[in-house]
Amino acid sequence: MPRGARERNRLRSAAQFPLRPPRPSVKSLGFETRVAREKRTTQKDPPPNETKAAPEIAQKLAAKQREISISEFFTKNRHLLGFDSPRRALLTAVKEAVDNALDACEEAEIKPEVAVKIEAVANGAEPPASVFQAERFRVTVEDNGPGIVKEQISKIFAKLLYGSKFHRLRMSRGQQGIGISAAGMYGQLTTGKPTRVISRIGSKKQAHYMEIALDTKKNEPIVGVNRTTDWDRPHGTSVSIEMEGRYAEGRQSIEEYLEQTSIANPHVVLTYVSPKGETKTYPAAVAVLPHAPKEIKPHPHGIELGILLKMLQDTPSRWVSGFLSSDFSRVSPRLAAQICREAGIDPKAKPRRLGGAEAEALYKVIQKTKIMAPPTDCLSPIGEPQILAGLAKQIRADFYTAVTRRPAVYRGNPFVIEAGLAFGSGNFAQKQKEAAEEGPKAEGEDNDKEVEMARLMRFANRVPLLYQQSACAIHKSVIETNWRSYGVGQSRGALPQGPMVIFVHMASVWVPFTSESKEAIASYDEILKEVKLALQEAGRRLGVYVRRRELAQAEFKRRNIFALYIPEVAAATRKLKGKAVDIEALKARLQKMAVKLTGGEKTDALLKKNNPVAQLPSTIVAGEENIKQQAPNDKQTDKRKKRQ
Amino acid sequence: MVRRRLSDVAVKSRLEGLADVVLDAAKKSKDPAISIPVRSLSNVTFDPKRRIIEMGENTQDRTFFNLGMARKFMQTMLIGAACKELFEEKVTTSLRELYYRTKHTLAGSSENTFDDQAESDPIIEDLEVTLDSLREELHVRAESAGTIVGPVTLVDDGDVIDCARLGKGGYAVPSIVEPEEIKIKKCSAKFILLVEKGTQWNRLSEDKFWKKHNCVLLTGNGQPPRGVRRLTRRLHDEYKLPVYVLVDNDPWGYYIYSVVKQGSINLAYESQRMAIPDAKFIGLSSRDPEKYKLPRNVGIKLNDKDISRAKEILAYPWFKKKEWQEEIKHMIASGLKYELDALANKNFRYLTTDYLPRKLREKDWLD
Repeated sequence: MPRGARERNRLRSAAQFPLRPPRPSVKSLGFETRVAREKRTTQKDPPPNETKAAPEIAQKLAAKQREISISEFFTKNRHLLGFDSPRRALLTAVKEAVDNALDACEEAEIKPEVAVKIEAVANGAEPPASVFQAERFRVTVEDNGPGIVKEQISKIFAKLLYGSKFHRLRMSRGQQGIGISAAGMYGQLTTGKPTRVISRIGSKKQAHYMEIALDTKKNEPIVGVNRTTDWDRPHGTSVSIEMEGRYAEGRQSIEEYLEQTSIANPHVVLTYVSPKGETKTYPAAVAVLPHAPKEIKPHPHGIELGILLKMLQDTPSRWVSGFLSSDFSRVSPRLAAQICREAGIDPKAKPRRLGGAEAEALYKVIQKTKIMAPPTDCLSPIGEPQILAGLAKQIRADFYTAVTRRPAVYRGNPFVIEAGLAFGSGNFAQKQKEAAEEGPKAEGEDNDKEVEMARLMRFANRVPLLYQQSACAIHKSVIETNWRSYGVGQSRGALPQGPMVIFVHMASVWVPFTSESKEAIASYDEILKEVKLALQEAGRRLGVYVRRRELAQAEFKRRNIFALYIPEVAAATRKLKGKAVDIEALKARLQKMAVKLTGGEKTDALLKKNNPVAQLPSTIVAGEENIKQQAPNDKQTDKRKKRQ
Repeated sequence: MVRRRLSDVAVKSRLEGLADVVLDAAKKSKDPAISIPVRSLSNVTFDPKRRIIEMGENTQDRTFFNLGMARKFMQTMLIGAACKELFEEKVTTSLRELYYRTKHTLAGSSENTFDDQAESDPIIEDLEVTLDSLREELHVRAESAGTIVGPVTLVDDGDVIDCARLGKGGYAVPSIVEPEEIKIKKCSAKFILLVEKGTQWNRLSEDKFWKKHNCVLLTGNGQPPRGVRRLTRRLHDEYKLPVYVLVDNDPWGYYIYSVVKQGSINLAYESQRMAIPDAKFIGLSSRDPEKYKLPRNVGIKLNDKDISRAKEILAYPWFKKKEWQEEIKHMIASGLKYELDALANKNFRYLTTDYLPRKLREKDWLD
């Protein structure tokens, strides 16, 4: 087989991979394995000198070559899907189930209410000493979505690469249809227990209960229990998986994932029952559902040659020109004709008959041709008010701002970048007050403050990204942004310092992840640029706030400095001179001089009038009123009592 | 020539002068101002006749209604009031205790009157020059970090201390060694050796160098504190003993020698009762490594800070003598500095048995 042709065949099979998953992929995988085997064999036995021996070896090798199922492949490569450690596996399972639940609810235009429950399960006779030592957990995720018809349940939860999202270009959380079945498979591999599913599609129908295992060789579901059941929800789905895992708190925990999900999805109600039995509710902050994103056809500039070959095979169009104008977005019949002409292809040729060389020519011409940018109504960004609501709901800060950029395009895929900042520890006014009431500070105590790094929250299509931060385009853009010019400290090549949360969201029909576990966004120049522009806009607003705050502090200090020292000077004078000194009269005299010298009340008036932060777009500044609400007064009185 | 010690009553009335500044200003609605003599190189002069550093006439007003000075003004008043308290309580105190006594939070804020001792120490020096009263007269002790051993008998609080019978450890020199506190009863030594570092002092004391050469051994562990300088000066004055200073061969060593000899820039007002213009520099000279054949590898390369400090010292008027210029320039040219400890490279007793005896025999010192 000539090299070129083999190349093309491989491409073709790769292109078919998503369509008929198991078979073609096995071919390509088999190819890889054979190469590896050949290498090993040649290392073991010295290569035969006579060419006659070749057929025998091929025979021998042929005996070893056999099909590998996609499920088997992933069994051995679970890290690709985010199941590499027990701790991460637990998180990934929750993540996949919650993502699916939210996608399903939103598509059915139901306001999502999702309940997550994690229980420690005894492994063997003895129950675990504490949830942190438990090695087995049951993850249950319940939603109020539209439910799944019973014929589909088994395939959705126990067949890899089965789903509704891969075949269309539409913004959604999940993409390939691997996630939840992979979680079920992981549970099955580590505990031998099947996935339990309850689903109900309407209050008039009975709920259906099913226990499903996955045949890892055939990538087919094995249905165990299959019956109707009683369920108190009118509609929705519950999936429950028992699996090996490890419970953790803090960074990269389930709680952090849920908190961030709640920030980026302020329309969702989340309930979480932790293995400790504590229930935490993340309420919704906005009442409206995000508008449903439209499905679009691929843009010609966003496809690879392999995809084009696949599309040529699958199209219902009879003519190449028709194929171009109906299967792609932004290709008019006139433009289709022009492309065919330039590629030297008859517009009326049958797409399926197009040879490899012709397809390649067609591909090259498409890439060269100027085509209008793809439509952007397929995107559903979170929106500035919603980001503000989400941040303000979960994070206590002094200053919040949000920026939604206009849509941009990378490789033919439209995307929108959104950024948000929450700055301060949320008790600036409170702190000022406390500092004034606080007792004296010890020597060197002021310098004890640790340098706190900003916390970065990354999202892709509203899903929090918790792992591989430093490999992500968002992280790269954040550290390349010059935060110092916004009054925030930053060391070279590091996140900015200070009590700050940086929120960045990328919404796109196709988010370019660096790996299947979907944790880091690839660094396309267009994406880096958009993230930086969004951060710069948010940063500029922050800068205005920070400078304003510093100015207020400096003014406060200046005005009060004399007032602060006068009692000391008066007291010292009395100590030196004796009781003849009228301390109150002396204080009053000095105070009068101080007011006169600092411009008196005029300065006060000037300070209050000048408040530029109030005029910034999409920004909240927590005022004293807010703080009072958040911090009950009895706490303060307690403190005073103690001192007395 | 030495100024008489001020009585407590005199100092007290000078302290009260601070209060008068504030009261007068308040009466006249004027900014209160304390006039403080400037304590920096720009305000010291070297008197070539008396051969000591003296403070000039420049003063600076410290005013209250000035953002840059308000805090220091307040601090000056606080320290003044604390000194008054010392008189009333009839106690003396240390710089650190004085810092703690005056430290508190300003009412209605988290600001401290003093953040650390580095803030309060200079205020006391300011007060000393402003009131023309010595630290001891304000009832503030300097730290005592010096030791003496040798054929001297002192009387301290009625206790007779024979410094020849105190073993290797010697007697810790108190910070106040004025005749009212310490009497020198007897001294049969022929000269005084003031050593920069404790290590070499210990070596000489252990080897009973003072017995063999009939001298007084003193150290101040680095820059000698006031007590050590004052006691040296008294022995020098009252028993006409020549003083030899043994320091490291580096710019800091030169400066320590010059402080003993002419007084320091920062405390120039102290020179008249501390400085010993006849003190001699016995070592370590930048010529010694050649003369005593110290290998080059026991030297330390001069860093940028050393070199710039050496150049500053070259420019001081009291180092303008030809031999001093040559001495310092020779060190800079060699690019190396030597610690006294480097003499141990020869053998442990080299300082006692070879180096110092030869120096004294050859009268090899700088003036």
